[in-house]
Amino acid sequence: MKKISNRLAQMFVTLIGVSFITFCLAYLAPGDPVAMLLESADTIVSEEVLEKTRKELGLDKPFIVQYGNWLAGVVQGDMGMSYSAKKPVVEKLSEGFAGTLLLAFVTIIFVLIISLPLGIWSAVRQNEWPDYVVRFLAFIGVSMPSFWLGLILLYIFGLKLGWFPIASSTVTAKGIVLPALTLAIYQSTKYVRQVRTVILDELHQDYVTGARARGLSESAILWKHVLPNAVLPLITLLGMSIGWLLGGVAVIEIVFSWPGIGNMAVRAIMMRDYPLIEGFVLWIAIVYMAINFLVDLSYTWLDPKLRKGEQR
Amino acid sequence: MAEVFKKNKLFAVYTALVIVLVLIAIFAPYLAPQDPYDGNMRNVLQPPTPEHFLGTDKLGRDTFSRIICGTQVSLFMTICVVILLALVGGLVGILSGYFGGKVEMILMRVADMMLAFPGVVLAIAIAGILGGSIANTILALLAVGWAKYARLVRSLVIKLRYNDFIIAAQVNGTKTINILWRHVLPNILPMVVITGAMDIGTMMMEIAGLSFLGFGAQPPTPEWGLMLNEGRQYIQTAPWLMIYPGVAIFIVVAIFNLWGDSLRDVLDPRHE
Repeated sequence: MKKISNRLAQMFVTLIGVSFITFCLAYLAPGDPVAMLLESADTIVSEEVLEKTRKELGLDKPFIVQYGNWLAGVVQGDMGMSYSAKKPVVEKLSEGFAGTLLLAFVTIIFVLIISLPLGIWSAVRQNEWPDYVVRFLAFIGVSMPSFWLGLILLYIFGLKLGWFPIASSTVTAKGIVLPALTLAIYQSTKYVRQVRTVILDELHQDYVTGARARGLSESAILWKHVLPNAVLPLITLLGMSIGWLLGGVAVIEIVFSWPGIGNMAVRAIMMRDYPLIEGFVLWIAIVYMAINFLVDLSYTWLDPKLRKGEQR
Repeated sequence: MAEVFKKNKLFAVYTALVIVLVLIAIFAPYLAPQDPYDGNMRNVLQPPTPEHFLGTDKLGRDTFSRIICGTQVSLFMTICVVILLALVGGLVGILSGYFGGKVEMILMRVADMMLAFPGVVLAIAIAGILGGSIANTILALLAVGWAKYARLVRSLVIKLRYNDFIIAAQVNGTKTINILWRHVLPNILPMVVITGAMDIGTMMMEIAGLSFLGFGAQPPTPEWGLMLNEGRQYIQTAPWLMIYPGVAIFIVVAIFNLWGDSLRDVLDPRHE
C-alpha cells in the first residue's frame, strides 16, 4: 500500500513538472497566439482588439497567475478553450484520442501476430536459418524510419495496388490497416528481438533441462512450461509499447492523415494553439504513467513471488 | 589500435564505412555534382536521367546532390546531439553520483520525471513551440535525452565511489577535480561512449522525424526528413523524391547501428 501511495505522489509531481515545462515554453515562445488567433482570416487587427482579447483570455496576467488559473481549471476537468477550433480542449482531446486508441488497439493485435511467432521460432531454432532470417529482418526494420516505411507501404498498397485508401480523414476499417501495419512492423522489429531473448533465457533454465531429462517433447516444454513463464517480461514490453503508441505516433498519423491525437497535436503546434498543446502534453503524461502503473501492478498480481514479498 | 582492428575484423569494416560517411559529409559540397540549392524551373520533377540520376524535385534541384549534402546536415546534427547528451548527462551524473546529498536528490527527481514521460512527445512540443530550426531540434532532443545518460553515469560513479583506489586518492589529499578527472572519468568513459555510439542511429531517425513534421531543419536546407516531407506531396507524380532520401537514412542508420553494436563488443567484452 505504501509503495502505491508513494508511486502516486511521484506521478503527481511528474505531472505538475511536465505541465509547468510546457507552460513555460508556451509563455516564452516567439509568436503571439492572440494575433495568430484573430488574424487567421487574412485581416489585420487593431492593437485595442488584441488587448481586449488578451484580457478576455487572461493572457495579460503574470505568468504564475496564468499557470495557477490553468491548473485550477484542470483539477475541475476544464482545460480551457482551443484557440483554433473554438471548442473546449477536453472535447478536442477526446475526439483525437478515440482515433489514436483504435489505432493502438489494432496495432497491438498486429504486433502480437507478427512478433510472437517469429520471436519464438527464432529462439527455438537458434543459430539456424530461421534465426538468421528473423534477425536480419529485425535489423533492417530497426534501421528504417517509421514514416518512410509508411510512405513506402502507402505507395505500394495504396497507390500502385489500390487496395487501401491513400488518406483516411475519417475512421474506416480499410483506412486503419496501413497505419496500423506500419506501426506494427516498426514495433515488431524491436519486439521480435526481445521475445527471442526472453524465450532463450527461459530455454536455458534448469527446469527445461529437467523436463527434457524426463522425456517431455520439445513442443510440450515450449507450450506448457516456457511460454507461461515468458508472459511476465512480455507484459512489460507490451505496456511500454502501448504507452508509446498512445503518445508518440504523430508522424504516422500525419503520413496517413489519420484523425488521431498526434495529428491534432502537430496541427495545434503549427497554429500556436497553446491551450490545446498544454492539454495534449498533460493528457499524454497521464495516460503514459497510468499504463506504466498498471503494468507494475499486473506484475505483482501475476507473479506470486512478488506478491509474497510485499506482504512481508 | 591496429591490433584491435586485426582482432575484430567486422569492427574494422564498420569503422571504415563510418569513416567513408564522415568523409562524404565533410566533402559533400565538392562531391555533389550540382548545387543542392540551385533550382532550374525548366527541369522540375524530372524522373531519373543520366544527368540527374535520382531525378529532380519541385524546384528542379538535383536530388542526388541534395542527398549527398544532406549527409553533412544529418551527421552534424546527430553528432552534436550525441556529444551534448554525453557531456550534459555525464556532468549531471558525475556530480550527483560523487557528491550525493540534496543536489543529487533534486537532479535525479528531475531525471526520473523526464524518463517517466514519452520523450518524442516532449521533443515535438519543445521543437514545435520554439519554432523549427536546426538549433532548436538539437535543444529539444538534448532536453529530452540527457536524463538517460545522467542515470547511467550516476550509477557507474556510485559503484566506483567507494573503491579502494578512490579512497586512497582521497586519503592522499588529491584534489577532488583531479580524482574526478583522472580516476572517475576514465572508468566511466567506455560505457558512455558505447551508449552514445549506439544512440547515433536512433537520434538520426528522430532528427529526420522532427524535420519531416516541419519542426526541424527548414527549407531550403537539404535535410533528409525535410526532403521526404516535400517529396510526400508528389508521391503520385514523382515517387523518387520520397524513396531515395529514405534509402539514404536507412543506409546511414544501418551503418551506425552495426558500428555501435560492434564497438560495444570491442569495448565491453563482458557483453556476450
